[in-house]
Amino acid sequence: MAEAKVLSEHYDKKEYRSLEGYKSLGGYKVLEKALKMDRAEIINLVKASGLRGRGGAGFPTGMKWSFLPNNGEPRYLLCNADESEPGTFKDRKMMERAPHQLIEGMIISAYATGAQKAYIYIRGEFTGPAMILEQAIREAKEAGYLGKNILGSGVTVELDLFLGAGAYICGEETGLISSLEGYKGQPKLKPPFPAVQGYLRKPTIVNNVETLAAVTYILRDGVDAYRKFGTEKSAGTKLFSVSGNVNKPGVYEVPLGYPMMDLINNECGGLKPGRKLKAVIPGGSSCPVLTAEEAGKANMDYESIAGLKSMLGSGGMIVIDDSNCMVDLMQTITHFYHHESCGQCTPCREGTGWLNKIVHSIISGHAKESDVALLATVADNMMGRTICALSDAAAMPVASFILKFRDEFEYFIREGKSKVKGQVYGSGH
Amino acid sequence: MFRLSDDGLKYVKSELTRYEQKQSAIIRCLYRVQDENGGWLSKESMAHLSEVMDIPVAQIEEVASFYTMFNHKPVGKFHVQVCCTLSCAMAGARELTDAMMKEAGCSRAGETSKDGKFTFSKVECLGSCDTAPMLQVNRDLYIENLTTESALKLVRDLRTK
Repeated sequence: MAEAKVLSEHYDKKEYRSLEGYKSLGGYKVLEKALKMDRAEIINLVKASGLRGRGGAGFPTGMKWSFLPNNGEPRYLLCNADESEPGTFKDRKMMERAPHQLIEGMIISAYATGAQKAYIYIRGEFTGPAMILEQAIREAKEAGYLGKNILGSGVTVELDLFLGAGAYICGEETGLISSLEGYKGQPKLKPPFPAVQGYLRKPTIVNNVETLAAVTYILRDGVDAYRKFGTEKSAGTKLFSVSGNVNKPGVYEVPLGYPMMDLINNECGGLKPGRKLKAVIPGGSSCPVLTAEEAGKANMDYESIAGLKSMLGSGGMIVIDDSNCMVDLMQTITHFYHHESCGQCTPCREGTGWLNKIVHSIISGHAKESDVALLATVADNMMGRTICALSDAAAMPVASFILKFRDEFEYFIREGKSKVKGQVYGSGH
Repeated sequence: MFRLSDDGLKYVKSELTRYEQKQSAIIRCLYRVQDENGGWLSKESMAHLSEVMDIPVAQIEEVASFYTMFNHKPVGKFHVQVCCTLSCAMAGARELTDAMMKEAGCSRAGETSKDGKFTFSKVECLGSCDTAPMLQVNRDLYIENLTTESALKLVRDLRTK
């Protein structure tokens, strides 16, 4: 089965951005239906659909919602639009092309979870999408889809946009909450999980842009129709961001379980003439790299990629052909995580610095043979020892690069140059 | 002495009541101060914001220092931020940045050109990997699918502005 356009059906239509255009293509009809449904009924549908968080962790959405305590406290719904995982740009495309799709999904989800106040936390660099969303929120308010007594239902949902200012870690849900509360975006220890104590220590649900938008379609088409796509454990369709060495990079919606090589060769137009596939990072830079051989066996679902000891993550797939030096790519990854570590946990703050330093010493020709093993040791010491997953996210790609492309690291150290292309950026300095 | 404009003060006042707690307004207010202070945050500009918001200056500086979009030293009129993370690096973004810096008269990232027009930063993933290489000037819309030619032309065009 090729592309299955559920979320992205109307992305090519320019009018879909505006409230009028969105409504003319069926927009806000599901909201009307949802407001007449019982909250528990919506949550049960989301549970039965098998929808899993599309931001990276893949946690079942309905289950997350059901962790909310019934203690009468005000609840909050936060949309995670911090999209910062290298290789990921699907949420940006949705916010640019279908802002009302996100807003409708949020109103329905806020109603279902009992949240009267919701925020979209968007990364500061997304000036364009932020302007589009602010306009769309205004339109939705004026049309009576937001605010008090929505469409005469008695339901209240207020929605506002919160602008970040450049920090990868704010995509981690407790980091996002710290940032929204006006502090540095440093993650908090869990438990308590946000569903119990989140924003302002009140019960809070944090969901990704794509997850919230998917809720609308589960209600529109029903659980069976949603489950027609995907596998038993990875239900539905997913937006994949594909970049790197393919002819047609972009966002593609395919059913979960779709073969990775079909996505690369069909939707993405394959590789450049004469080039061979070398590796694929399946779900954003923190996911362990797959070799070309592994990519041949991979399907785009949580279980298949996990079976290859990597992760589907955010679906930010980076395709790497044989013209690339893996040591060079490694230096951009270690630099990223070193820059983005929030600094509160020692293994991460120091470890990301060490990884970056060692990789840089390889590039600049000052490394020893034992440094490959040292990289692996540092990475190993960073896993599972910190408040959030950033430390693991930095360590996992390093461990996988060394495991699968060790000869390139050893060659670089021995010869003082790249096995693939001699000079790489920063070498010989 | 840095002082927010009357419009800026009005903006800060309205932001103070926008969220459940007023400190949530710090980021947006810092953007405003940075915009009115020529693209960067001086100590005195943050002290001024602290007074206007009635929030301790330590808390203002804590937020300002955590996020990369706040500049703590003067930048050129055009702060050119080129994404140099994975997909952009694969598409030649780092070499492109160097070529642009040379054209603009900046010897390295973070340094402002003599004419005061340009400061370059190699920044981390901007979430536009399918249009690599790409960049952002100040907080404007993204400029995508760059070639060496279009990037150098951009520097020349900006210089006349």
